[in-house]
Amino acid sequence: MTDLAPAPTTKKDWTSDQEVRWCPGCGDYSVLTAVQLLMPELGARRENTVFVSGIGCSSRFPYYMNTYGVHSIHGRAPAFATGLAVARPDLDVWVITGDGDALSIGGNHLLHALRRNVNLTIILFNNQIYGLTKGQYSPTSEPGKVTKSTPFGSLDQPYNPVSLALGAEASFVARTHDMDRKHMMEMFRRAYEHRGAAFVEVYQNCNVFNDGAFDAITSKENRPSMLIPLEHNKPVRFGPNGEKGVVIDSHGSAVIVDVAEVGEERLVVHDEARPDPSLAFALSRLANGPYSPTPIGVFRAVERPDYGALVQAQLVDAASRKGPGDLASLLRSGTTWTVA
Amino acid sequence: MRGLDHVVVRFAGDSGDGMQLAGDRFTTASALFGNDLATLPDFPAEIRAPAGTVAGVSAFQVHISDHDIFTPGDHPDVLVAMNPAALKAHLDDLEPGAAVLLNSDAFDERALQKAGCSADPRADGSLVGFKVYEIPMTSLTMQAVKPSGTKARDAERSKNFFALGLVSWMYGRPVEPTLEWLQRRFASNEMVREANTLAFKAGWNFGETAEIFESAYEVKPAALRPGTYTNVSGNTALAWGIIAAGQLAKLPVFLGSYPITPASDVLHELSKHKNFGVRTFQAEDEIAGVNAALGAAYGGALGVTTTSGPGLDLKSETIGLAVSLELPLIVVDVQRGGPSTGLPTKTEQADLLHALYGRHGEAPVAVVAPATPGDCFYMAIEAARIALKYRTPVILLSDGYLANGAEPWLVPDIDALPDLAAEFSFATEPNKVLEDGTEVFWPYLRDPVTLARPWAVPGAPALMHRIGGLEKADGSGNVSYDPVNHDLMVHLRAEKVAGIARDIPPVAVDDPSGEAELLVLGWGSTYGAVQAAVRAVRSTGAKVAHAHLRYLNPFPANLGDVVTSYRRVLVPEVNLGQLRKLVRAEFLVDAVGLNKVAGLPFRRLDVQAAIVLELEALGGHFDGNLAEE
Repeated sequence: MTDLAPAPTTKKDWTSDQEVRWCPGCGDYSVLTAVQLLMPELGARRENTVFVSGIGCSSRFPYYMNTYGVHSIHGRAPAFATGLAVARPDLDVWVITGDGDALSIGGNHLLHALRRNVNLTIILFNNQIYGLTKGQYSPTSEPGKVTKSTPFGSLDQPYNPVSLALGAEASFVARTHDMDRKHMMEMFRRAYEHRGAAFVEVYQNCNVFNDGAFDAITSKENRPSMLIPLEHNKPVRFGPNGEKGVVIDSHGSAVIVDVAEVGEERLVVHDEARPDPSLAFALSRLANGPYSPTPIGVFRAVERPDYGALVQAQLVDAASRKGPGDLASLLRSGTTWTVA
Repeated sequence: MRGLDHVVVRFAGDSGDGMQLAGDRFTTASALFGNDLATLPDFPAEIRAPAGTVAGVSAFQVHISDHDIFTPGDHPDVLVAMNPAALKAHLDDLEPGAAVLLNSDAFDERALQKAGCSADPRADGSLVGFKVYEIPMTSLTMQAVKPSGTKARDAERSKNFFALGLVSWMYGRPVEPTLEWLQRRFASNEMVREANTLAFKAGWNFGETAEIFESAYEVKPAALRPGTYTNVSGNTALAWGIIAAGQLAKLPVFLGSYPITPASDVLHELSKHKNFGVRTFQAEDEIAGVNAALGAAYGGALGVTTTSGPGLDLKSETIGLAVSLELPLIVVDVQRGGPSTGLPTKTEQADLLHALYGRHGEAPVAVVAPATPGDCFYMAIEAARIALKYRTPVILLSDGYLANGAEPWLVPDIDALPDLAAEFSFATEPNKVLEDGTEVFWPYLRDPVTLARPWAVPGAPALMHRIGGLEKADGSGNVSYDPVNHDLMVHLRAEKVAGIARDIPPVAVDDPSGEAELLVLGWGSTYGAVQAAVRAVRSTGAKVAHAHLRYLNPFPANLGDVVTSYRRVLVPEVNLGQLRKLVRAEFLVDAVGLNKVAGLPFRRLDVQAAIVLELEALGGHFDGNLAEE
């Protein structure tokens, strides 16, 4: 590997020769495009980039990136990627996953990758449905959802992925949606530049099995009144004319208010870098799905040593204290005796 | 002093009594004295089962000898029993006439009740035929350690060193190794060091002066091969083998593991040696452990995961992915009693078919099994060699007996170990020219000899590729659902693993006369018991052959010829006949089995009796006086 700056690349350089096989109109296309457009801007090296995915529609993603890629096992991408990132701290490792993959079968691995702060950029495509298996409810589907496996309505309480990530001690948590390429690219850029585990939830439309699931908040006409943009060091405010805002009540909950009623100075000023995650968590509880005004943007971005770097530091420390490993001495490190 | 050629000592007490430690120190002293030896720790799964109960008994058996031995011994010649439960648990195992050293302080009404004894075994005739020595070990210990200033409650805890001192005297063990060890171990805790030292010396002196023992015994040093020896357990040897494999391959080791009995000590040992560049990752679960190891292997590390049976169940899907990705991966399964949670601390060999076939689809992997604790070192290196050269998962089947058992081990000459770096290389260049003249990299273009695909790790601009668990087109590695291609790939993966047979040693047959009609075919940890039994039977003039498998998949290339050249094949296994099933299926040989699944290794006598039965079926006669091991 050289120290030279990578040669400039274009979207085409990051596009593999494989035919993209998602359903026409799938939201996955816009996420793919956003990533392929972003990579040249990041100045990343293709050969040092690995996309690791699990199983599901979105997990076909690595095949379409002209980089290294592994389409692994359902739910296990964070675990596979952890081994890779820890063994190879020089690589940019991305994890591509979905709501079934990351939150159902692989929930455990997601939690622990976030908790350890493994240097991974994790993109969760949340379409609130199982697409690849043709339309069963997922851990983010709304209660009462009628699907092939829930003909009388789902009985499950869904997760809020952002709340979950915050609860798992994630150092970077963001949300975006597939109808806004610019916002997606910004969130992916922030996630990429974050050292440690970065988690981005993407609200993504499945036009075959769950079409329009996010229309209530992401359609052009609804966005101004239904999306709450989170911006660092700015009051949390939204609405076509900024007439709505968010305050923190006496119990620490985030509450939507009319700015005219409470006054601008009472609005909470977003601080993504706060070490304590309770503000981010309170904001994440404003909406538990795309049914009411929903915050998007970076909820939390704090500095914490990344796991791979800590592992590396222990190796260096051990070698400096004990000297580099010597096999002959190791094999004689117990009680020895000599037979003549 | 009377000479003995071998002796089997078992220390037994409550799991809090320090019997493993006493046994371990006795073993080390014997090793330094020059005896050959073999050990068998036997402890409960619970950290502290109810004190004084049979369930809570912890024992450590050691067999010391003046000649080469293969097993920890069938029946103890000496039992140290620290309480009634320990006596009750082990009485049936004793050799007739064995010495029983009882801690008589521990035989009160309440202790007898806890042990479930309806009567005091010292008085009800249970001990007839044994040489019983009742010694008030608790009170003698408390008396002895008084000068150390230890509180009464703590003083009592040194009684294992009293017992160790007494047994050390009985067998003329050198005291210096134990005294030196106490100095080192308790360097920062003077009171405990002093108490244990006083107790140990008191035990020794009690033997010397109490005049209740007719004499001390001597087991002379064995004539071992010259060289430097150390005492290793299978788990330690395995961990060292993995470190050695990384050094020999010039690859960083990455261990992804989740704690599980009896495999955790491999994780512990590897975690100590970060100065070798060994990364150990205690994962959130078994599945994450193996996936992280596979991810590291994808990145160019020597990926290893360690587990026991329940963990192997959980890792199955990922081992299948490793078969499909064709990446090197070492999966260590330290087998224990199953099914389910089963017997976590007890040994078994019942994961063989699981290792070979326990995945969906046609998913062949290489399988190896060490024969002795020290062999774990060599088989770990061999597992790495096969994994790296053939880009395949290799399952290494150890077991609880090998894991915790120890033997004197001739420390190998580093320079004589195989050069693993010469067995593989990373891909660096495009390997295919398309019709239009473009040079490309095909991740599934195989080596024509080994059928291994290139190992192309991220970082190389010319080798970028995407692969996964979906079926891949031969050569290009692109996703393929083509039926003909799938059939081809299934065959290629099978042929690749089968072809490893050309690259492993033929199975050696131990048949001194060349005229045996019975072959005893073992694998894994049964080596010691089978070899001891075969030697004992041969001492009568009978002819019997012994072959031992360390490669279970593929089998050594000559195995078919070997098993078909004997009239009778006996397969002893600590399972219900898994190798036997394979031998019958592969070679159409009507092999018979010796199968005992009691959570314990075979005794020599078990195997010996089965051999005698088979020889009699073939027309042999025995007078019943078979030699001792």
